[in-house]
Amino acid sequence: MSVRVMTGNDAAATAVKLARTQVIAAYPITPQSPVVESLSTWVESGELPAEFVAVESEHSALSVCIGASTVGARAFTATSANGLAYMTEQVWWAAGARLPIVMCVANRAMAAPWSVLNDQQDSMSVRDAGWVQLYCRDNQEILDTTVQAFHIAEELNVPVMVCYDGFLLSHTMMPVDVPDAGTVDGFLPPRTAPLQIVDTADPRNVGPVTLADPRPDADGVLQPGYMEFRAMHHAALLEALDAVPAADRAWAGITGRSSGGLLSEYLLDDADTVLVAAGSLVTQLTLVADELRAEGVRAGVLGIRCYRPFPVGALRDRLAGRSLAVVFDKALSYGYQGPICEDLKAALYDGADSPAVHGVVCGLGGRDVTPVQLASAVREARADLEAGIRDRAPYWIGLVEGSMR
Amino acid sequence: MTRVSELPDTEHLLSGNRACAGCGIGTGLRAITKALDGRMVLVNPASCLTVLGGMYPISTLDVPWINVAFPSTAASAAGVRAGLRAMGRDGEMTVLAMAGDGGTADIGIQALSGAAERNDDFIYVCYDNEAYMNTGTQRSGSTPAGARTTTTMAGKRENPKDVPAIMEAHGVPYVASTSAAFPTDVYDKVVRARGMSGLRYIHMNTPCPSGWSFDPKDSISIGKLAVDAGVVVLYEIVDGVFRLTGRSKSLAKAGLQVPVAEYVSGQGRFKTLGEAELAGVQRWVEERWSGYVARDAAGLRRDAP
Repeated sequence: MSVRVMTGNDAAATAVKLARTQVIAAYPITPQSPVVESLSTWVESGELPAEFVAVESEHSALSVCIGASTVGARAFTATSANGLAYMTEQVWWAAGARLPIVMCVANRAMAAPWSVLNDQQDSMSVRDAGWVQLYCRDNQEILDTTVQAFHIAEELNVPVMVCYDGFLLSHTMMPVDVPDAGTVDGFLPPRTAPLQIVDTADPRNVGPVTLADPRPDADGVLQPGYMEFRAMHHAALLEALDAVPAADRAWAGITGRSSGGLLSEYLLDDADTVLVAAGSLVTQLTLVADELRAEGVRAGVLGIRCYRPFPVGALRDRLAGRSLAVVFDKALSYGYQGPICEDLKAALYDGADSPAVHGVVCGLGGRDVTPVQLASAVREARADLEAGIRDRAPYWIGLVEGSMR
Repeated sequence: MTRVSELPDTEHLLSGNRACAGCGIGTGLRAITKALDGRMVLVNPASCLTVLGGMYPISTLDVPWINVAFPSTAASAAGVRAGLRAMGRDGEMTVLAMAGDGGTADIGIQALSGAAERNDDFIYVCYDNEAYMNTGTQRSGSTPAGARTTTTMAGKRENPKDVPAIMEAHGVPYVASTSAAFPTDVYDKVVRARGMSGLRYIHMNTPCPSGWSFDPKDSISIGKLAVDAGVVVLYEIVDGVFRLTGRSKSLAKAGLQVPVAEYVSGQGRFKTLGEAELAGVQRWVEERWSGYVARDAAGLRRDAP
């Protein structure tokens, strides 16, 4: 194990190499590109014995991974924003085909208008596709989570998306503890692919048209219909509520580092006001909690590491008895509210001792978010609650209303 | 050239499949699977072939078959090949991508172009029934001028894309044009492609009784008529060297046997084709044909002087 100073993209690429990934396909898009630049260099030099397919689009990047994963190989790609949107058809395909592909998403704002900068609208927009979605707070977590992602994916036969904030993490240098290859090999054995059989001696038709109702096969055995396949997929995703923390615990056992499993916590135990977010905002919010504590507010932070499956039970448990949760979303379901906020409200609905949940939209298109602004938003939410407002429209941080015509 | 009686007896396309009566795809696929001796994995997007393959959990082919997304055929096949290679299974089977004309000339062409530029190692067969037949006969980039489809009710105005020429321009090692009406021509071309590596592209005309509106019993004769009229030309381009094959090779000496008018007269899809338009199609066919004949005679690379 050695500590190296590296960007988030380097941390992701390093993890993919440590995972002995067999097939990598990618298409350039800012801010993800350095991940696959590093990987292609290592494949070219022989440092990473893998197939690197330099495709002509993101749709093909994930298609190559789907083909490779279907025959049993460990496959990886990375993308951002419009690249993720362009491959959306295949995001669904990879999940429905139950392929344990790992994809890093360096989170970036969706066009139009163009922005290469960070928010989380891209990955939030595919939250329903059936992938496990993990969000990273810092570069160490990017490395640790990407290695764990393969472990989780191959255990459950579902793809895993590792999300980290573009530029804020992807291009920011931080010290990262890099485990040696043997450590990772012990944690992540070569992939076995019991569901993926492509063999001329045992021919299967993989992913054909499936009817709505179950149907007997040639031997008269009843086989699932489309809805049963979807229910099995959903069940596998719910299993991730155990598999994600289990992988984190196992990783902590050998490296001494935990990312919190489903959720990360800071000063939460006695907190009355809980600040909720995903990604690098969670790190930033710890400063805000400190500042609010200095003012006498019992503030704590609850970070969403695992956004899909949504850890309803853990959230209910950790938020029970608090008076207020303030949710910071770097994304918006247009015409409604931030995705984490709406999910949290649904999770806490009707809980006898659930806190009020107030949503904050911030950082869209790379708009800088300062601890001062975050603290101010919390104070405003507390004031609203004291005035008896338990629900409100999302509060936007830093919006310059005078510029909107 | 292999004779029909010399084709292997083993059938990989099982009986009782869901293809329409007279569908050219089944005829072509039989020859293809025989040529690969079943040592293949089929990569197939949404298309008539998907329907032929049957619905879960029933399958009509006794070779591995991977269904993939519509635009992704070539990229998915590249991934299958990369995966097999990464796992040391490279020699186990030929990767055969097979998509329709819409899935190739239209929505799949970007991925196909990328795979061709990389010279990824698989055989790509476009079976060309000249429209989106699986969705009910909408025009594709491969629909011939004058053909009536549900989105060109007055007849399509444009000539089809020449996908084999597009593939040749990518410099891939093997490009061929064939017809399911000549199963031995299909067979020989797949056998030749099997012995090569890199991206091998085979364009296979497949007559479609329902979409072209003719009696299913006439499928083979209409496919042959297309070749006799020069609408479909049998050829192959091996490492850039062009040659006519089979029936088209004979026609190079004998001349085209029938006018386009005779070919279109047996198909309901051309009933809106007027005389002037027909003359235009005839000219287009003759221009292309004379180009093919000249290239065959010269035996030259496309870029040769």
